[in-house]
Amino acid sequence: MKKLKSSLTNMLAVLTIIAIVAAGVLASVNAVTAPQIEKINADNLAAGIKSVMGSDEIQVADPWEADAFTVYAVSDKDGNSLGNAVVTTENGFGGPLKVLVGFNQEGDILGYTVLEHAETPGLGAKAADWFQKDGKGNIIGMNPGKDNFTVSKDGGKVDAITASTITSRAFLRAIQNAYDKVIAGQDATSGATKQADKSEGEGKTPCAEPTASDLETPEVIE
Amino acid sequence: MNNFKVLVNGIIKENPTFVLLLGMCPTLGTTSSAINGMSMGLATMCVLILSNFIIALIKKLIPDMVRIPAYIVVIASLVTVLQMVIKAYAPEIDKSLGLFIPLIVVNCIILGRAESFAAKNGAIASIFDGIGIGLGFTIALTCLGAVRELLGTGAIFGITLWGENYGMLMFVLAPGAFLALGYLIVLFNKITKKA
Amino acid sequence: MDYVLNLVLIIIVAIFVNNVVLAQFLGICPFLGVSKKVDTASGMGMAVTAVLVVATIVTYLIQTYVLNVFGLEYLQTIAFILVIAALVQMIEIILKKTMPALYQALGVFLPLITTNCCILGVAILVIQKDYDLLQGIIFALATGIGFLLAMVLFAGLREQLDLVDVPKPFRGVPIALITASLLAMAFMGFSGVDGGLKILFGLQ
Repeated sequence: MKKLKSSLTNMLAVLTIIAIVAAGVLASVNAVTAPQIEKINADNLAAGIKSVMGSDEIQVADPWEADAFTVYAVSDKDGNSLGNAVVTTENGFGGPLKVLVGFNQEGDILGYTVLEHAETPGLGAKAADWFQKDGKGNIIGMNPGKDNFTVSKDGGKVDAITASTITSRAFLRAIQNAYDKVIAGQDATSGATKQADKSEGEGKTPCAEPTASDLETPEVIE
Repeated sequence: MNNFKVLVNGIIKENPTFVLLLGMCPTLGTTSSAINGMSMGLATMCVLILSNFIIALIKKLIPDMVRIPAYIVVIASLVTVLQMVIKAYAPEIDKSLGLFIPLIVVNCIILGRAESFAAKNGAIASIFDGIGIGLGFTIALTCLGAVRELLGTGAIFGITLWGENYGMLMFVLAPGAFLALGYLIVLFNKITKKA
Repeated sequence: MDYVLNLVLIIIVAIFVNNVVLAQFLGICPFLGVSKKVDTASGMGMAVTAVLVVATIVTYLIQTYVLNVFGLEYLQTIAFILVIAALVQMIEIILKKTMPALYQALGVFLPLITTNCCILGVAILVIQKDYDLLQGIIFALATGIGFLLAMVLFAGLREQLDLVDVPKPFRGVPIALITASLLAMAFMGFSGVDGGLKILFGLQ
């Protein structure tokens, strides 16, 4: 077979055919994979909520939004409220740091999981394990409303990740903000019906002010 | 040239990373650990084999003047398919490679092989060329990833050898990527040019 | 006001803190390939900056007004790369007619801008980061300037390297990579600057 000539009709015809075939293939693959991708995302979220609430037998109510936070009210299988799981985002060292954190009704931290991050591998990326119960900077059981929820360098109770103070601060701020805006707001309205007081939930508690030491403390690596 | 020679050629004589110096962006960007480097290499290899095969099949139907855009459409479709499949069935890989998956499209290796091999050879030989070059790329990326992971975190493929406290973190970060690749190429030159 | 300060922050971060070449590993091929002389390096840098800005505008419009509207997000990669290829072709024709000297100097590398991953990378990043059009343009421009800066600095270093007797296995690319490593290390000194600026600007 001879190679096709580069005439205008040939070129247009060939490119059009290739483009149509390509679009067709992509559309069909997309039709197969899109539901799967959605399912994975949903599964991940469900598994995440289970792990941060520390219980497998839970019911999760439809989420509601409070400012930039997504809140899932969680109850056990009999319908007794266990608390809330909140998705909260803060700027970390390398980009947005997205954390799912579980609070019980008193606002104590039940667990957390890092959903998305762009922190330095080997440094800030350790946030996924560092603040867990068996990690060095354990925050499980703390209450951002009662405890001094900052890194020890800033006078707080939490040990920062080695050489990653910026990530650690961002991580704690993410949780503090979630507590201030979502959990503390609900306490104020005597939390009888968690779901009803959505609007009040968007409390106006200011987030932690940056302290002077934020500017002065030099970072070695991060 | 028989198919076996084509294969070996891709791994050693025309190794895309150490000899041809193509596809440097993913080489440096995704090799913070051995497993990341390997997944990137394998992903690229899949696209390369398929694009070589398809282009070798349809090359007669494509007028010369529009061959580059036509190749790019083929490659971009393959990459998009791969991207969707990875997202759906291997979300972990998607997380660690991120932006570099769509960027396989602009990996010079793939377009380069389409131009210099698949456009001139038969479909079967092109598949072997894809496997050879793809393997060469995967091996190079895995080596680089392993070296950086080992020096940076004291582990290899996630298995701790001497622990993080003795690692030089710089190797996981940007400067270490350039440095490690530079020295690996020196080593490769030394071995292949002497033998 | 906050918006303007945010733009300033985007510029500083894109040029210094997250330099495309030295921190994000985008556009390495021209970085290693066209960096032997300062003048070709700066020409390449400017060409890339121009393509970056134009490509970002066009791809942004396509994403918002075509792909998003018709639910065709999965065609993103393919649409973007075609737009970029067409744009580069156009710029090549214009350059050939108006600036033959620069065209000569850049020679084979102009078509290679198509496969310069920093163009496609930035186009995708602008969409991923949810920038608006102005932020996208500023980000693309600053990224281009960061690329130009890295190119020119690196070419300057390599010109000096020509005068040195380098051990044989290190000649060519390996010593260039090791030089690049040192340059990347210097740029790491900027990391964390964005956090400080954010506090200084009162954005946090």
